[in-house]
Amino acid sequence: MTWEQIFPLLGQGVIDTLVVTLVSTLIAYLIGAPIGVILYGTAKGSLFPNKPVNAVLGVIVNVLRSIPFIILLVLTQPVAKAIVGTKLGNQAFIVYLVIAAAPFVARMIESSLREVDGGVIEAAQAMGSSNMQIILKVLIPEAKPSLLVGSAIAVTTILGYTPMTYLVSGGGLGQLAIQYGLYRSQEEIMYLSSLLLIVLVQIMQETISAVAKRTDKRIRN
Amino acid sequence: MIELINVAKTYKSAAGDFTAIRNINLTIEDGDVFGIIGLSGAGKSTLVRCINLLEVPTEGEVIFDGQSMTKLSKKELLTARQKIGMIFQGFNLLSQRTALGNILYPLEIAGMPKAKATKRAMELLDLVGLADKAKSYPSQLSGGQKQRVAIARALATDPKVLLCDEATSALDPTTTVQILDLLAEINRKLGVTIVVITHEMRVVEKICNRVAVIDSSEIVEEGPVSEVFKHPKTAIARKLIMPQSGEGIESVLGSRCIRITFNGSETEEPMVSNMTLACRAAVNIVFANTRTLDGKAHGQMVLQLPEDDSAQARVLDYLRMRNISFTEEVETK
Repeated sequence: MTWEQIFPLLGQGVIDTLVVTLVSTLIAYLIGAPIGVILYGTAKGSLFPNKPVNAVLGVIVNVLRSIPFIILLVLTQPVAKAIVGTKLGNQAFIVYLVIAAAPFVARMIESSLREVDGGVIEAAQAMGSSNMQIILKVLIPEAKPSLLVGSAIAVTTILGYTPMTYLVSGGGLGQLAIQYGLYRSQEEIMYLSSLLLIVLVQIMQETISAVAKRTDKRIRN
Repeated sequence: MIELINVAKTYKSAAGDFTAIRNINLTIEDGDVFGIIGLSGAGKSTLVRCINLLEVPTEGEVIFDGQSMTKLSKKELLTARQKIGMIFQGFNLLSQRTALGNILYPLEIAGMPKAKATKRAMELLDLVGLADKAKSYPSQLSGGQKQRVAIARALATDPKVLLCDEATSALDPTTTVQILDLLAEINRKLGVTIVVITHEMRVVEKICNRVAVIDSSEIVEEGPVSEVFKHPKTAIARKLIMPQSGEGIESVLGSRCIRITFNGSETEEPMVSNMTLACRAAVNIVFANTRTLDGKAHGQMVLQLPEDDSAQARVLDYLRMRNISFTEEVETK
């Protein structure tokens, strides 16, 4: 293969990987964030304690998190079929990734919210804040640095799963590395794809960490 | 006016019930600076949280501003809480908001338009002497400054009452005095009723007009500060007022002893020396614990009087003449 053939291949790989990663992360947050808030709020001694809701959600989240991704991918094929009309390709893969990542995101958000000082919440309650006001105006802003760090972990973890698009005939850098490196012994593509994956992870991790650090007002500057 | 009628709070748990407070009956009048003093674990923090229902009493009634707090709907309670400011030992400021942003928070909750709220917040910053710190974040402020921001925040919605939960316990003595002066000023200028929870008598002494002593979940003594301070009826009150008192007096019992209380008299004059010279009578200082605060003496002293009756009379006359209050020391426990 010539470089003229390799470059577009890698370019498409980067785009595919980014789309799968970012879209999956976004949807995983849209689903996981409210679940995380509910897990936090329904806990004992929290804003709106509710043992049954907390227990049921907790079990669902734990079950989904304990199933290895590759098995979850097989198990949830009907779900993908129902949502995007196919079990194969990147679109279906996004469904699998979201199902795997949303519970993880929920737990991470729950743990970030738990880090917020209880005294601050008590002060907000003493000022007559409703639970919704506490969530939106106190918990989320106060937990923002931790939520950002969490999102860096989420997005890089999700990116780490993207090579498995190969299993469902999807595309991306991981698929290129496996297809060309493993089956066609074109190692330069394998190495370049892997290198690009590393670069992507680094960029995402560093960018989000820098934003988290810069916007955290607890740090004197 | 705040009224607590037979208030009790019991926490239920698998390990057994725990009663934090019981049989609490208190009336706090408008304009009072009311101290609630007790050792840690006595129940004072639970008690103050029962006023704004951060802790829901398991028994009894809390009446604030003519309405029964325990009978309010959820929404009414949130509105009522806007009329009860609260400050804390740990300040509890929003770390991701500036000083100004923190003071704006309760105004946002109350639904005040942004421009009006900002103007009000700036006035409050000025009131607490931090007009130049509007844009500072809590991490850039000292402990005393943080508590000032917290006070401004608590006052934003024009509360009738300010609850202070160990508000000076995390501060050094100098800052404590400054914060207490500010609270006294707020009480005087704005007419805000203040409820002070503390384990330190000096806080009560400095700003309160009334005090309740809480011990093992119950109020054991209550009254005007001068009264409780001069004539503590219970052992716990004596212990709180003068932590080291009540020891070593046993050996001289039998002779006549008096307990002198200094409650803000001038210290310039060496009282005991002058008295012994003037009365030509020797006294034995059995116990003394005094300290000077702002040039005023506070504390107690137990004097063993001379055997001679006329010498005793001279000493007592001297004390009366000087307006120094004393009580007969009959027993110590």
